[in-house]
Amino acid sequence: MQVSFTVNGALVETEVEPRVLLSTLLRERLGLTGTHVGCDTGQCGACTVHLDGRAVKSCMVLAVQADGRDILTIEGVAVGETLHPVQMAFRDRHALQCGFCTPGMVMTALDLVGHLEKPDEAAIRAGLAGNLCRCTGYRPIVEAVADAIRDGGG
Amino acid sequence: MFPFDYRRPAALAEAIAAHGGGGDVRYLAGGQSLVPALKLGLAQPSVLLDIARLPELRRIRAEGPTLVVGAAVTHAAMAEAVVAIPALAMLAGGIGDLQVRNMGTPGGALANNDPACDHAAGVLGLGAVIRTDRREIAAADFFLGMFETALEPGELIVEIVYSLPRRAGYAKVRNPASGYPVVGVFVAETGDGVRVAVTGAGATAFRLPEFEAALAADFSPLALAGLEVSPDDLNRDLHASHDYRAHLIGVLAGRAVADARR
Ligand SMILES: Cc1cc2nc3c(=O)[nH]c(=O)nc-3n(C[C@H](O)[C@H](O)[C@H](O)COP(=O)(O)OP(=O)(O)OC[C@H]3O[C@@H](n4cnc5c(N)ncnc54)[C@H](O)[C@@H]3O)c2cc1C
Ligand code: FES
Ligand code: FES
Repeated sequence: MQVSFTVNGALVETEVEPRVLLSTLLRERLGLTGTHVGCDTGQCGACTVHLDGRAVKSCMVLAVQADGRDILTIEGVAVGETLHPVQMAFRDRHALQCGFCTPGMVMTALDLVGHLEKPDEAAIRAGLAGNLCRCTGYRPIVEAVADAIRDGGG
Repeated sequence: MFPFDYRRPAALAEAIAAHGGGGDVRYLAGGQSLVPALKLGLAQPSVLLDIARLPELRRIRAEGPTLVVGAAVTHAAMAEAVVAIPALAMLAGGIGDLQVRNMGTPGGALANNDPACDHAAGVLGLGAVIRTDRREIAAADFFLGMFETALEPGELIVEIVYSLPRRAGYAKVRNPASGYPVVGVFVAETGDGVRVAVTGAGATAFRLPEFEAALAADFSPLALAGLEVSPDDLNRDLHASHDYRAHLIGVLAGRAVADARR
C-alpha cells in the first residue's frame, strides 16, 4: 500500500506491506535506528515515537496506521548540535547509563513535559510506567523530567 | 505476521458495508490488543478495516442526562475530557501506560472483553448502554464470557452511553508489569440504585448484588464489613490466587466507596 507521512518534518512517500510495523519501517527502511526495539511486545517502551504529538509504542503500531500523520523520532528532537532542553536535563541528571532505553524515555518525557503542569513525582512516575530501564533505578530520569517541567518544558 | 489487506473506509456506512459480517474481516481501532494478536498469529484476518479516524466514533458529548463517548476516542482523550464523571476519567487514565492510552480505545477494549478489561467495570457499574450500528445493548446483556460479547459478526460499536451517577468511584490493584487490574471494582450511586461491578476477578466483569443492597442502605465503606465473596469461580493465575482475589474485592469495594464519597 502507498503511504505518505512526515517524519521529523520531512515528507516520506513509500510503498509498504500492511503487516509491517512502524518500528520496522523507521529502522530498516528509513535508517532511523535511534528508535530501539527492546521487546517487540509492547512492554518496554524503547520504541516510543510521537504520532501527531503523542507518545506511542512503534512496535504496536502498523506503519499503515501512520499514513497521513506526523511522526517524530528521537532523531528529530535536537536542532543540529543543540540538544532539546529535555535531553539537556537527562544529561545534567545523569539519567542514562547504557542508553538503550534513553530514546524511548526522552520521547515519553516530551509527551509528559507537554501535558503535566507540575513536576509531581507520583505523576511523573505514573507517566513513565510504560518505559523500562535496567540501569539507572529511575530516580535520575524522574529528576530530569521534573527539571524539564520546572524549566517550562523548553 | 501473516499478510493481510488494510483499508481505511472514509465513512461509517462504508466500513459496515465493507465488513459484511465476514469471518476473516476485522475492525482495527487502536491496535493495542489486535496488533499483539496478529504478531502471535492468534488472529489471522485477511482484511483489516481501520475505523480509528471515523469522525462519528471520535466524539464525546452530553445528551440529556447522559454522557456519550465515541468508540474510537482514545483512553487518553477520555481521561482528559470526561469531566462529568471523574471516576470514569480516572479509570481511563489508569489503563496500561501513557503510550497504550494514546492509541487504545474503549470500543476496542469492550469488543475484546479481556477478563481484566477496566472499561467493563465502568460500563457495568454505570449501567451504560452500548450503541452499535444496528441496536442498543444494555451493559447487563453485553459481557457473555471470557473474550466473549453479545456483538454479532460485523457489528460495530459506535458509542457508549453513560448515565450520570450521583457519585461514583473506582479502585484497582494494578499488575505492576502491564497495568491491567488484578482486580478492579467500580461503585456507582445512581438514580435507580447502587451498582458494584468487578473486573479482573472472573471470566468477565460481574456485579455484586449483596454489596449493592448493603450500600443502598448505607453508602459507606463500613456498610461492607462482614460481606464476603466466594472464591470458587474466581480466576487464579501466576499473579494472584482466587482466595486473594476474593479478598481484594472486599478491600477495593471499600476504597471505591471512599473514593466516591470524596
Ligand atoms: C502493555 C499494555 C497494557 C494494557 N493495559 C491495560 C489495562 O491496564 N487495562 C485495560 O483495560 N486494558 C489494557 N490494555 C488493553 C488496551 O486497553 C487496548 O486498548 C484495548 O484492549 C483494545 O483497544 P484498541 O482500540 O487498541 O482495539 P484493537 O486492538 O484495535 O481491537 C481489539 C478488538 O476489538 C475489535 N474492535 C475494535 N474497535 C471496535 C468497534 N468499535 N466495534 C467493534 N469491534 C471493535 C477489533 O476488531 C479487535 O477484535 C493494555 C494493552 C497493552 C498493550
Ligand atoms: S520494543 Fe516496543 S515496547 Fe518494547
Ligand atoms: S540506561 Fe540502560 S536501560 Fe536505561
